Amino acid sequence: MTGPVLQVQDLRLNLTSGETVVEDVSFDLLPGQVLGLVGESGCGKTTTALALLGYCRPGIYRAAGRVTIAGEHITGLPEAEVRRRRGRLISYVAQDPATSLNPAMRVGDQVAAMLRRHARGATAQAVADVLARVHLPADRAFQRRFPHQLSGGQQQRVAIAIALVCAPPVVVMDEPTTGLDVITQAVILKEIDRLRRVGARGDGTGLAIVYVSHDLAVVASIADRIAVMYAGRIVEEGQAIEVLTRPRHPYTRGLVSSIPDHATPRRLRGMPGVAVGVGERPPGCAFAPRCPQRQDDCDRSVPVLVETTTRHHVRCLHWQQTPPLRLDPPLEAWSIARGDLLLLAVENLRAEHGGRSGTVVAAHDISFSIDSGECLALVGESGSGKTTIARCVAGLHEPSGGRILLSGTALAGMARRRSREQRRRIGIVFQNPYDSLNPRHRVRDIIARPAILLREISKGEAEKETLELLERVRLPRRLAERFPAELSGGERQRVAIARALAARPDLLICDEVTSALDVSVQAAVLDLLASLRSELRLAMLFISHDLGVVAGVADRVIVLERGALCEQGRVDALLRHPTHEYTQRLIAAAPRLPEAGGVV
Amino acid sequence: MSSRSGAFPVRAAGWPRFAHRPSARAGLVLGGIILLIALGGPFVAPHPFDAIVGPAFQAPDSHFPLGTDFLGRDVLSRVLYGGRTVVGLAGAATLLAYLIGVSIGLLAGFSRSLLDPLLMRAMDVLLAFPPVLFLLVLATGAGPSPVALVLGVATVNVPNIARIVRSATLDVSVRGYVEAAVARGEPTAVLLAREILPNIANTLLADCGIRFTGSILLVAAVNFLGLGLQPPTADWALMISENRDGLTIQPWALAAPALMIALLTICVNLVADGVARSLGRSLDSESAVR
Repeated sequence: MTGPVLQVQDLRLNLTSGETVVEDVSFDLLPGQVLGLVGESGCGKTTTALALLGYCRPGIYRAAGRVTIAGEHITGLPEAEVRRRRGRLISYVAQDPATSLNPAMRVGDQVAAMLRRHARGATAQAVADVLARVHLPADRAFQRRFPHQLSGGQQQRVAIAIALVCAPPVVVMDEPTTGLDVITQAVILKEIDRLRRVGARGDGTGLAIVYVSHDLAVVASIADRIAVMYAGRIVEEGQAIEVLTRPRHPYTRGLVSSIPDHATPRRLRGMPGVAVGVGERPPGCAFAPRCPQRQDDCDRSVPVLVETTTRHHVRCLHWQQTPPLRLDPPLEAWSIARGDLLLLAVENLRAEHGGRSGTVVAAHDISFSIDSGECLALVGESGSGKTTIARCVAGLHEPSGGRILLSGTALAGMARRRSREQRRRIGIVFQNPYDSLNPRHRVRDIIARPAILLREISKGEAEKETLELLERVRLPRRLAERFPAELSGGERQRVAIARALAARPDLLICDEVTSALDVSVQAAVLDLLASLRSELRLAMLFISHDLGVVAGVADRVIVLERGALCEQGRVDALLRHPTHEYTQRLIAAAPRLPEAGGVV
Repeated sequence: MSSRSGAFPVRAAGWPRFAHRPSARAGLVLGGIILLIALGGPFVAPHPFDAIVGPAFQAPDSHFPLGTDFLGRDVLSRVLYGGRTVVGLAGAATLLAYLIGVSIGLLAGFSRSLLDPLLMRAMDVLLAFPPVLFLLVLATGAGPSPVALVLGVATVNVPNIARIVRSATLDVSVRGYVEAAVARGEPTAVLLAREILPNIANTLLADCGIRFTGSILLVAAVNFLGLGLQPPTADWALMISENRDGLTIQPWALAAPALMIALLTICVNLVADGVARSLGRSLDSESAVR
């Protein structure tokens, strides 16, 4: 087939209450092509992806437009007919294989179930074939395993095998690597790229893939074309390399500028404001309220997609004015006293997780130190022990060996046995801002509490400080009266940072503080942390799995693998010339954006 | 999707937030009327509750709107008197059960030490007794008295409350805000009261409706068996027990108190349901932000 295998025309999806969630979405896809559908949370990318399968979540319906796959109008068919075609014409790989696979069913049966629904005949052979095609063992023993007996990467391969077993020409993948470790992610991406070329049957016909992701760097490594969505519309669409290196829409430009890169650390620029919700879209350009190049005519009507160069479309009235990408050097953090004052020393730390089936060593013989004002990053994949080490330092996990010294004094294992002053000096910000703030307390009380408890200041003083702290973390004072549920993810994380700062700590532990946030919000939070460091002379223990984030934030890095220390050194030297084999693999696997003007 | 507009549901004017659902509102109104009858009834009763005013099992007429009971006492007056004990005893028992059960559950769920299995196995032992049998043994041992009744019904309820509170506590105590409080060294009592209790409150509220209903029925059952309150006390459950011989002659002597118990339990559940839903909604809006 030479024409497009997937055609989407003027798709419009509404809530049953009448509000439009997604509108004016059109694109074509050739066999063997990968379209990256990119956007931040709430932009409608998953809703669009599901609509390609002729499916809408409860509460949403297709109001207009059509989806054609291999010549069949999937949107014009009755539900029973659509079901008969799902899996055969188009299939879906969900985000989290741990939840999308049935935990009570053997993996071989799950693959076979899809096949049995759509085809008759040699099931066993077809299952073995498709497992082999995604590079999984095809033998009986493997097929008889349950999902929990597989690694995350293997689970995702099984999910992909299920999507491929009926040999559809189009596959929709919704964040298929988001929950995976960097190295596993790189392997899966390579796998997807190979499948794209050989096709679902493995005969070289090519597979069209719609790849939905919030991660531009991942999409950059796999997509031919990229469609950027904002507030339910495609705002820019074109060749991947062109969109990423010469973005024409100010939103795309902002998005690309906020992605950290480990090879070229730079100052990340977050975008002001938050994405508009479904019911709040303005009559004009939805991005106008946050746009740096907004003019009066932006508010009047929704801009149409215009072609800038061949097959590059942008939905902006003033796209000619969008400045080219610019890379600023990272914010120079306070570094005068570095090496002067030893703040924290961790000596031969050993930590275990006890369970009924025996203990697991989470960290083994870990030693490091942090000087005052210094930022040390702990990097590693999940299960490397980085969070456990941070929890030991914070007094949330009892170490089973070694010592932790704060300014030369050994700390007790658990926080409640440490002195008030010791507790005051170490602050912690957690990974998930959606559960680190008590939903029943107002922001004002959340921030004031550590100051009242640890610095023994009066309630009145603490409240006065709260307002100053809100300003310090760049939040408006009026948020003090709000409850966490009324805040966005980025706002919540800022409140969590303000709470940690309220005790005036010397050391701030940041445990994956940006991994639950959208990239543009992540950029703003990282920028805030960098400026707080220089303003307050804070030392930081920064936990992250993302080398790009670490490159822009940390002075020194420690790489951990399965609870053991692999390598440590200055961040620039270590990222450029890693000596340990594991570090090398980690760096090679980290997805990167193409450099501006360069080639992939 | 945006959270701001969805965080707080629109309130029906003049009603508390949990009562914007029609069913909860109906429950609130009807429940209020029944409570009013139970508490204020004795002041408006036409006759004393223990006065014999006519022949036994007389059908309703203009003089006795609900007829008379097996001794010839006015049923209406006894219904008006009989709610205090039901509501009071069941309420006291439920409250006491919650005081003990919540404390045990919080401690067991949060301690992560030997305290947890010790407390919970003790609860399991209590659970092993069939409730009515337990109350009967108690009543024969301690003699029928309102205090013993309240203590007994509370004891029967404690294990289930403790189990629910414990599992809710286990869930909440790994949340980031609890860890943050542990890291800054909050005393255990503050931790439990400030960080954990408010966040398991909706589980408790959803549960307390059923518990209160259960207590009413249990108190009624024990009174019906004649081991709780003693005649001539006016009590809805006791009235059902006393008048059951006259079911075919004067059904109102049974139906009126039975209807009151039924309505009360329904209302309590409607209100508890409304409270649980409104709390659930504010938590839903949190997940919607993701």
